[in-house]
Amino acid sequence: MALTGVEIFKLLPKTNCKKCGFPTCLAFAMKLAQRQTSLDKCPDVSEEAKRILGEAAAPPVRPITLGTGDKAVKMGEETVLFRHEKKFVNPTVLALEIKDTEDEAVQMEKVQAVLTSEINRVGQLLRVDAICITNASGEVERFETLAKTVAEKAPEVPVIVSTESPDAAKTVMGLFSGKGALLYGVTEANAEQMVPIAKEAKASVGVRADDLEALSALTEKVKSLGVEDIVVDSGARKAPEILEHNTLIRRAAIKKNFKPLGYPVINFVQREDPLYETLLAGLGICKYASVVVMSSAEKWKNLALFTLRQNIYTDPQVPMQVEQKIYKIGEPDENSPLLITTNFSLTYFIVSGEVENSKVPAWLAVMDCEGLSVLTAWAAGKFTGAKIANFIKESGIESQIKHRELIIPGYVAILKGAIEEKLEGWTVTVGPREANGLPSFLRQKVAA
Amino acid sequence: MAFTPPKESFRGRVYPVTIGTEVQETFGGENTLPFHRFEGEIPHRPLISYEIQDVPPQDWPEVVREPYSDVSDDPVKWAQFCQESLGAKSITLRLIGTHPDQKNLSAEDAVKVVTDVLNAVKVPLIILGSNHIEKDAEVLPKVAEASKGRNCVIGKAQEANYKTIAAAAMASGHKLIAMSELDINLSKQLNILITQMGFEKERLITDPMCSALGYGIEYTYSVMERIRLAALAQADPVMQPPMVADVGMYVWKIKETQASEQDLPEWGSLRERGILWEALTATTLMLAGAELLIMRHPDAVSLVNTFIDEMFA
Ligand code: B12
Ligand code: SF4
Repeated sequence: MALTGVEIFKLLPKTNCKKCGFPTCLAFAMKLAQRQTSLDKCPDVSEEAKRILGEAAAPPVRPITLGTGDKAVKMGEETVLFRHEKKFVNPTVLALEIKDTEDEAVQMEKVQAVLTSEINRVGQLLRVDAICITNASGEVERFETLAKTVAEKAPEVPVIVSTESPDAAKTVMGLFSGKGALLYGVTEANAEQMVPIAKEAKASVGVRADDLEALSALTEKVKSLGVEDIVVDSGARKAPEILEHNTLIRRAAIKKNFKPLGYPVINFVQREDPLYETLLAGLGICKYASVVVMSSAEKWKNLALFTLRQNIYTDPQVPMQVEQKIYKIGEPDENSPLLITTNFSLTYFIVSGEVENSKVPAWLAVMDCEGLSVLTAWAAGKFTGAKIANFIKESGIESQIKHRELIIPGYVAILKGAIEEKLEGWTVTVGPREANGLPSFLRQKVAA
Repeated sequence: MAFTPPKESFRGRVYPVTIGTEVQETFGGENTLPFHRFEGEIPHRPLISYEIQDVPPQDWPEVVREPYSDVSDDPVKWAQFCQESLGAKSITLRLIGTHPDQKNLSAEDAVKVVTDVLNAVKVPLIILGSNHIEKDAEVLPKVAEASKGRNCVIGKAQEANYKTIAAAAMASGHKLIAMSELDINLSKQLNILITQMGFEKERLITDPMCSALGYGIEYTYSVMERIRLAALAQADPVMQPPMVADVGMYVWKIKETQASEQDLPEWGSLRERGILWEALTATTLMLAGAELLIMRHPDAVSLVNTFIDEMFA
């Protein structure tokens, strides 16, 4: 939680010496509170004040990175409780658990499921981000075998190493040294042995306690042992506790600036039924989990969770949009049809997907409407006859095609007259309302 | 540093709404955020209502048409099936056949279906129009009159037709769904207009407009959260009616619930995908504040019920 101007003022030298460029210390404090200047402008500020102000300026939920390289994922850094206040920052990491007690074939299948989980949705590449290997057997050897498999078959995938045994941790962590792994399973009982192992492997630490009070004490302990990159598990496994604990942790961090809980949260949602498990993972995504650990990664399940995560983590102020330009679909030539739509990502991807399905090469003119859908843009006066005409003229498409026919979305049939009026020599054809009508519409068109 | 749980309590409370006569169900009534039983009271569970139609569901995808294949040719059989075999706690009858682009059934046709269904089942009935502004204004007053005294829910009243529909719901003693389009101010405005007619705010249900996962759910989610916060934190009386999420209708028309696995192998099994899409849309919107859910697939309903059970265990 940020300090107020007056609170900051109390920490300043109060000499009004003006070296910071402001007439008084108070004026400087006010600007600091609004984050419009920086503390280093005052040469006389005490070390004590620097420390306090520095802490207050740190993000309420500590940023931590899992993994390294292209597949690294960020966690934490959240600043609000509700997404309408401000964008949620780092999307929930989805991790698939592989146990050392599972058959080798099952383990391989799971590794494969993670490696092939990538889906392109609305222009974003989404995937199961991490593998959580769990020492369910309690045996060091079996765990090591699994760890080796994962390290070898999925060397780039971020790893969570889950064990409470320092022996197992010591044996396995070397395999993931310097790879930004998370050593999960640190408790009050084993912290002294486990934390140095994580530290040596440059890994972050996942702590588990049975309630929030104990959890706060544990993070302080881990911090005193020299690791600050911590991910917290309150022990919640049932839906109501997951909701309660995640909410209280996020509130404590953001509203009370309570540092011992200012860390990303990990939830374990494994259940028998993969359908039901997905609902609990969804709870984690909506309600403040930075990592959700699951027991399976079916394609339909991934698709639903990727979609939910993408939706919940979009910026509420700025709809997802694509660049304004004339897109080529297939290899269009001077006779290929020309269609127009808006630059709302969802609209663009649905429409371009259906044009692709039609197998008819086409030009798709995507007009900047500040990321609004066709009807919304029309209702907001951003997708009008005059603006469309202007865009088509300035786009240069006239030099690329011989015909002068523009296909517009069926829902805005009403624009036909207005466009024709402004776009001399052009005919406007009203397309189907829903994009899924495009394949048959386009095929008929080129057949005619 | 000692930890004090930062619990929050609110001044406001959502109105509880009771529907039905012989068998009654109540939803709403809480003074805290969704499922926040650790810091407030939630006297009633969210209610799931099974959606049926006056005409056979030709445009429902196969996955969700299949469970009803033996009964969906007849709304009475369909309603009974939901009540007897599926254990439905409430049924929503959508008069989609009255839409001019559909069968353009008359108000009299609608009255007959509604009366037959009401005579066949005991659980509370929600009666929805076809979402055609003029036609709903014509049909809904007649069905409201025909179901007088049965304490149903009538919907949906929108800015362009609320007057006739609200007046009829009021005269016949029903509850009313007021729907606006994904905007907290429009929603508030409509509730005010309706209450200014003398319709009690305690009998209203707010529909801020649903959207499916992947198709604008983030808008519905945030509008619902904002409405709920206005009800609780600001204790704004016109924002205190419970909220409905009309889930099935929005979910079972999108590509994710229809495209076959052959066409899109990377999306996996169509059956699970469809059921999950409906269930996950529903739980997500419950987490945002919806207390009444209108759903279609029995397996999706039971998944959501299990989720509610766990939350209330
Ligand atoms: C989400 C939403 C919003 C969001 C914006 C989301 C966005 N990024 O655009 C918000 C909340 C901000 C919003 C605001 C408004 N909205 Co609005 N909104 C919607 C809603 C619910 C969904 C829109 C959507 O995402 N559709 C999905 C996309 C993919 O659809 P699409 O772009 O139309 O594309 C489809 C087709 O058109 C077709 N298609 C697209 N391109 C092409 C091209 C060709 C060639 C062809 C053939 C086909 C084709 O394929 C697509 C899929 O089939 C609709 C209602 C609805 N269910 O449609 C109302 C709706 C569009 N909004 C409406 C209105 C009035 C508004 C506001 C003016 C009023 C208000 N509520 O404040 C404002 C204006 C915004 C502004 N800045 O001023 C009205 C428009 C009325 C009308 N018929 O003209 C609608 C229809 C609601 C209604 N029934 O009244 N809205
Ligand atoms: S430089 Fe420091 S001491 Fe001087 S006026 Fe600015 S804040 Fe005050």
